[in-house]
Order: sequence, then C-alpha cells, then structure tokens
Amino acid sequence: MIGLPELYTLTGLVFAGWAVATLLDRQHPRRWRAAAFWGGIAAEFLVGDRFGDFGNGLAVLALVALALSGAPGKGRPATSTEPERQRQTARWGNRLFLPALIVPGVALGGTFLLPRLGGLVDPKQVTLISLGLGALIATAVLLIWFRPPASAAVQEGRRLAEGVGWAMILPQLLASLGAVFAVAGVGDIVGALAPLAIPEGSRLAAVLAFTGGMALFTMLMGNAFAAFPVMMGGIGLPVLVAGMDGNPVVVGAVGMLAGFCGTLLSPMAANFNIVPAALLELSDRYAVIKAQWPTAVAMWLFNTAMIWGFAFK
Amino acid sequence: MTDATNLWPLAGIAIVVIGFALRANPLAVVVAAAFGSGLGAGLGVSEVIAALGKAFHQNRYVSVPWLVLPVIGLMERAGLQEQARSLIARTRAATASRILLFYMALRQITAALGLTHVAGHPQTVRPLIAPMVEAAAIRDDPAITKESREKIKAMAAATDNVGLFFGEDIFLAIASILLIKGFLEGAGIIVQPLELSVWAIPTAIAAFLVHGFRLWRLK
Repeated sequence: MIGLPELYTLTGLVFAGWAVATLLDRQHPRRWRAAAFWGGIAAEFLVGDRFGDFGNGLAVLALVALALSGAPGKGRPATSTEPERQRQTARWGNRLFLPALIVPGVALGGTFLLPRLGGLVDPKQVTLISLGLGALIATAVLLIWFRPPASAAVQEGRRLAEGVGWAMILPQLLASLGAVFAVAGVGDIVGALAPLAIPEGSRLAAVLAFTGGMALFTMLMGNAFAAFPVMMGGIGLPVLVAGMDGNPVVVGAVGMLAGFCGTLLSPMAANFNIVPAALLELSDRYAVIKAQWPTAVAMWLFNTAMIWGFAFK
Repeated sequence: MTDATNLWPLAGIAIVVIGFALRANPLAVVVAAAFGSGLGAGLGVSEVIAALGKAFHQNRYVSVPWLVLPVIGLMERAGLQEQARSLIARTRAATASRILLFYMALRQITAALGLTHVAGHPQTVRPLIAPMVEAAAIRDDPAITKESREKIKAMAAATDNVGLFFGEDIFLAIASILLIKGFLEGAGIIVQPLELSVWAIPTAIAAFLVHGFRLWRLK
C-alpha cells in the first residue's frame, strides 16, 4: 500500500538532492553549512525513524543552530536566462500555462480516483499522495517537454528553496511546539483561567470571551485546532452551552471560524503568513499579516455577532 | 483552581509573545518556548529535547508539500512568470482587483469542495497570481513604487489565505469539522458534519463581501 512512508522517502530524496547540489556549488558562500541543513532535513525524512526521540530532538537543535548561523543561504543554482525565457514565451505562448494545471489536476483527480483503486493507496492520505503524484508527473512532463539538463529539477527546486530559506522548517517546528505545549499542560491552565475573565450572567461578555479567547489563543499557538479544545472546554461548553442553553452546533462551528481570524493575524501561523512572504521575496516578513488584518478583524466581529445572535433561542 | 496551580508552563507563551514582538528569529523563539514551557512543567532538559524531537518527527507530513518546489522552479525556468505577465499586460480588462476577486471566488469554491491542495502559495500564488497582479498594477500605473508592488503581492497571498480559511469549513470531511464533531461527541453531544458545515456558509459569504470590498477598492 502506498502511504506516508513512500511520500516521506520521496520528500527526503528531494532534500538530499538539494544537499548534494549545494555541496557542488562552489559559489555558495556557506556551502558546508547549507548542505548540512538540507542534509539534516533529508536525514529526518529518510532515516529519522532510527534516531529515537532524543536523537531527533538533537537533530532539531542542530537544524536550528545551522539556521541561526546563516544556513541555508543563497548559492548560484543554474537557471535559464531572461532572453532564453523570452524565446520560450514567444514560441509556446499561453501553452506554457498547461503544466501549471498538472498538479491541481492530479490533486483533483486523485482525490476521487485513488480511493477506488482498492487498497493500493492509504485512504487517509489520499490528498498528500495525490500532491506527490502530481509533482512527479509534472516534473516528468516538464523535463520531456522543455529538455533542460537533467539536473534542472534539482537546481530549480533549490533556487526556490533557498528563496524560502530557514522558514522552510518553521511550520513543522511550530507544529512540534504545539505538542510540547500539550505535554506541559498549557491548554489545561488556559482553559482553567479563561472562565475567570467573564462577568457573571452577561451573555455578550461570555460570547466575547469565547470568540476573543479563540482568536487570541489561536494567535499564540498559530493554529485554531490547538485553541479549539481549550476554549470549547473552558468556556464554550460549560458557560455558553450548559450555562446559557446555547446551541453547541453554532457555538462549535462558528467558534472555530473565530479562531481562523486569529490565524490570519499570527506570525506563529508560519505556513500561511511567514512562508508566503518569503516565497514572494517580500522585504517585510509581516507583509502578508499587514495585508489581511482588516479582513480578519471584520470577520471576527461577524463571527462573534453570529454566535451572539443565533446560538441562543 | 487553587493557589497551588503551577503557572510556569505558560512561560512558553510569554516567550513566544516577546520573541515575535522583538522580531527575533522565529526558529530560536520556538525552541526557547519549548524549553520555557517544558522546564516550567517540571520536565528535565533531555525530556524536553526528546518531546520536541518526537513531535518534529511525527509532524513530517507538514513539510511534504515542499515536494512541489521543483515543479514550480521548472515552470519558471520555462518562462511561466514572463508569460503570465505578458498575458496580463495585453489584457486591459484584467485589473489587479478583478484578478484577485476571481481568484478569491475560485479558492473559496474549490476549498468548499474539499480541494484545498488545488491552489496555494507555492502552487498558484508564486508562479501565477502574484506576477499577474504585479503586471496589472505596473500596466495601470507605470510609476508604481516598489513598496506598492510588494503590498499588492502581499494582498495576493492574503487573498489565498482568506479564500481557503472561509471556504474549507463548508466541506464535510475537512479536519476542523471532524475535530468539532469529535470534541462534541466526547462531551456526549452527537452532531452530524452537515449541521456544522452549513454554519460555515454565512461566514463564507461575509468573507467574500468583506475581503471582496477591500479588493474592489484596491488601487
């Protein structure tokens, strides 16, 4: 059965390719450190199972130390020149958009078709596997169509990866912080403290404390999934549902969306806010958050009003 | 709640807030926060390292989507960004506002159908949407500053996020809906995913109106 292990091997090989290409790039100012950074991520994917928890923890600390000392930095991955690209656009025109449809197309088709192949693909991981499959097919098509040197798949990926830089491991590291917070019992403490912030008997104050808590705790954790059990358990169920006879469906569904507003405001939600700023080569790390805060605040007000207006009979 | 409640595990949250406020390197902030909360909860140094390592290893799937970078790079090598720009430069009707409004609707609808990976920052924003809106902005105002160009690219990324967040919860089988259902079930309240996801529709419409209004006013 094709599942996460195969996908992890493929991802590990991609990172390993960047490590090798970086080592061979003599114009890279910090090539050893950069190669160690990509190689360390590759090792996590390929052989991390054998490291044990403590060994993986040391690997994380090593990756962060490398990042703080300037890894991965930027080398000189081989790419096409501006005139070469102009020639391609003149020759192919809008047909150049076709390969851009492969990854979304395979993601779409795979989501529907792969589960029907009877046990060939892990049904729980269909989306990620479709993404990996789409990436493989698109790479093959692009290599056959445009006939770049075979190393181009590695070098072009490295060019973008160097653009994102150390932020590449931030989402995974933040997800890990959530797990450490859970071990340390952070959520339990916040859930115990939150109800203390509500004045007795005021419905609006209770709703504000719930949606405000969802948004705020989501900002701190970078993830509404981490905030939901804490706030729903601390305020949503005991105060709004049990205490004020609120509808648990509205409180739960709209409360989660109030948390999403916090995601839009948080640098901890690196995947959505910090990584895109790096991908688009923006000079301000917080530019995406600055672009979306008015929408986030307005939507938080809307969601708060929804619960206040519709959760109670 | 008694006075004896140990509040030290919250040290990690304080470190996160201070660290981001000081714009320290986020990787260092996260590691420091893990140690702050872990040590505060009475774990030893090696236990914190092991907890962090275990979680990092288990969360590898978060980094799997980087697989698409070689594809995006190869498309850019073939001139995709240049083609996106020249198409927009020739199509006067495609203003930055209209491109982003169209993309927002597309992102919300596909996310509502559960197709969250069909678009995204590496897949569509970087190779297509950002160069298109930038080209449209330059065409309509050749004197545009670098700052305004960056703002409009940031708005492209923001539009992807808003469209995704306020579209995906309409889909029945998305993780957040299943989490709400599971949590309520644990408290003895049985609800169907459909009951939850219909309550995402008003917010989805409001998000389109609010963010769409901001896009419509975009200069």
